[in-house]
Amino acid sequence: MNATNRASRTLLDKVWHEHHVLTREDGQSLLYVDSHFLQDGSAPAFEMLRQRGLKAHAPQRGFATPDHYVPTSSRDLESIADPEKRAMANALRDDSKSLGITFFGLDDIRQGIVHVVGPEQGLSRPGMLIVCGDSHTSTHGALGALAFGIGATEVAHVLATQTLWQRKPKALRIVLDGQLPAGVGAKDVILAIIAKIGAGGATGHVIEYAGPAITALSMEGRLTVCNMSIEAGGRAGMIAPDDTTFNYLAGRPFAPTGAQWDREVARWRALASDPDAPFDKRVSLDVSQLTPMVTWGNSPEDALAIDARVPDPATAPTGERRAAMQRSLDYMGLTPGMPLDGLKIDRAFIGSCTNGRIEDLKSAAAVVKGRKVAASVEAWVVPGSGLVKQEAEALGLDRIFKDAGFQWREAGCSMCLGTNGDTVAPGRRSASTTNRNFVGRQGPGSRTHLMSPAMVAAAALNGHLVDVRPMLAEGI
Amino acid sequence: MEPFVHLDAVALPIAQPNFDTDQILPARYLQKPRSDDFGNYLFRDLRYRADGTPNYAFALNSPAYRSARIVVAPENFACGSSREHAVWALYDYGVRVVIAASVGDIFASNAGKNGLLIILLPASQVAEMIGKLEAQPGLHVSVDLEAQTVATPDGVSHRFEIDAYQKRCLMEGLDELGYTLTQLDRIEAFERNYAY
Repeated sequence: MNATNRASRTLLDKVWHEHHVLTREDGQSLLYVDSHFLQDGSAPAFEMLRQRGLKAHAPQRGFATPDHYVPTSSRDLESIADPEKRAMANALRDDSKSLGITFFGLDDIRQGIVHVVGPEQGLSRPGMLIVCGDSHTSTHGALGALAFGIGATEVAHVLATQTLWQRKPKALRIVLDGQLPAGVGAKDVILAIIAKIGAGGATGHVIEYAGPAITALSMEGRLTVCNMSIEAGGRAGMIAPDDTTFNYLAGRPFAPTGAQWDREVARWRALASDPDAPFDKRVSLDVSQLTPMVTWGNSPEDALAIDARVPDPATAPTGERRAAMQRSLDYMGLTPGMPLDGLKIDRAFIGSCTNGRIEDLKSAAAVVKGRKVAASVEAWVVPGSGLVKQEAEALGLDRIFKDAGFQWREAGCSMCLGTNGDTVAPGRRSASTTNRNFVGRQGPGSRTHLMSPAMVAAAALNGHLVDVRPMLAEGI
Repeated sequence: MEPFVHLDAVALPIAQPNFDTDQILPARYLQKPRSDDFGNYLFRDLRYRADGTPNYAFALNSPAYRSARIVVAPENFACGSSREHAVWALYDYGVRVVIAASVGDIFASNAGKNGLLIILLPASQVAEMIGKLEAQPGLHVSVDLEAQTVATPDGVSHRFEIDAYQKRCLMEGLDELGYTLTQLDRIEAFERNYAY
């Protein structure tokens, strides 16, 4: 950051500047990492560290919790039948212990999906630089942090030095105008954004989301939006911290207290992008006409309103796109012109770092209450953390789900990517609150449709994709 | 990783936009140790059918492409997950160069740390190259990192841009962590003045 445009800086500029240690001859910056989150996919990084005989440089800045390989049927790691999966989950515990890194294990109510746990514990705060060996680290940007996913070699680099080399990304501002209609939420917003700019639309950029529709979103909603920044190719997603952020953070276990809290809030308020701050690219979207969204294909950009029909490859702009669409239709078992509303499902999944928070479970439970899951559907709720599960149970949400025929399970990534063995069988169709509808994502041959928790709930009850809004209007 | 200077090899066209890292390396192989040959898991669900038999409709299974060391794809190649295993799978198979219109940011970063060269070319040049590779299976592409050129046997050559540091890392097999560790005093000085 040079002094000439210091007067007009973006949120990204400000956070970047605070963490800048030094610049290399090629212009890359060495950035200091405030919080380094680790999950049970981190074993290769710990191994790299061991091979070089290195220790953790700042273990007090590392926080680990297993999520990818943990069972959701019990809290017993020994119940994992596959020795390789069991070894992954156990390795995180042993590696964290040997390096002195804080660890929330399965016997700890604070365990959960690392991107749910970070904000929940107050470990993710405004102005921080946060990294984790997982692409959905973009989630934490909802609190006004610069947070992004890194690979195993970079995880080892952060463990050894608490720093990371980065070339400064470009800044993309996405302004969301208007007021969200009833029954339409954060998940619909981010799916609409990805559909508009494309799965590579934000590649090389950090997205800053702004505008009245973002300001009006709850913290949980903002976390959902930032979570899927990576599905638009964004290096990170950020939202300027405001009272919603501070109210969410106040009293969290790792949040500052007393006079330090006041000082921090004053500092955090100054992080917002200056009014004339320069952005490399700007996009705007009016959300007032938005409808519930669902995906039909194998990229998150393949999102349409629930009242739309499966698109026709013949309308694709290029031969390559036409072939891609046809491949998706074949894989998904769809034909052009078929209404999305009415598409029969086999599985329903509510959970993940995208939609496994308390507000997500509440919005699904509001649809489910007093109703029954269709006989043909196997429906699961997997809370994002032990604490989300506990809070939901205190509110009686578990009873609502169980009475309707949902399975109420333990916290973890579960069926979002199926690394723990929770998968969708080949050829089966899944309505899912997760973030990726890639080929084979929920298991080889699985057919995933992404949508909001309320929409998954509605699909589970009806046995097919359906617009949740009339069900909300009917009331309970 | 081995230093990279020049490569003339069979190039595999993957004419799919948004070809994600789950397709390069399915998630169920993330639990495998790095000592495994990840080349066996490369494009696993495209190369093999559910019953384990080869899918001959996938180009890499055709003899003409089998020895490919270069992959050519349109925009947003290797988007999605941060799994470095996607790079390991390509590298272990023998792939040393990915030519694309754009690639996922995290993949690009992972590639640079493992000796996999990413060459970004305009979409029209990539499309033209894919056309040639599909028309003549087994066609070689020649990459000269020092001169920053990529050429097909018909004499068409394109210059590509690459970060100078990245180029040096690839050509000399430099180790980034080793360099950073020499800067630990600067990091510690930063920490002493850092309030958070």
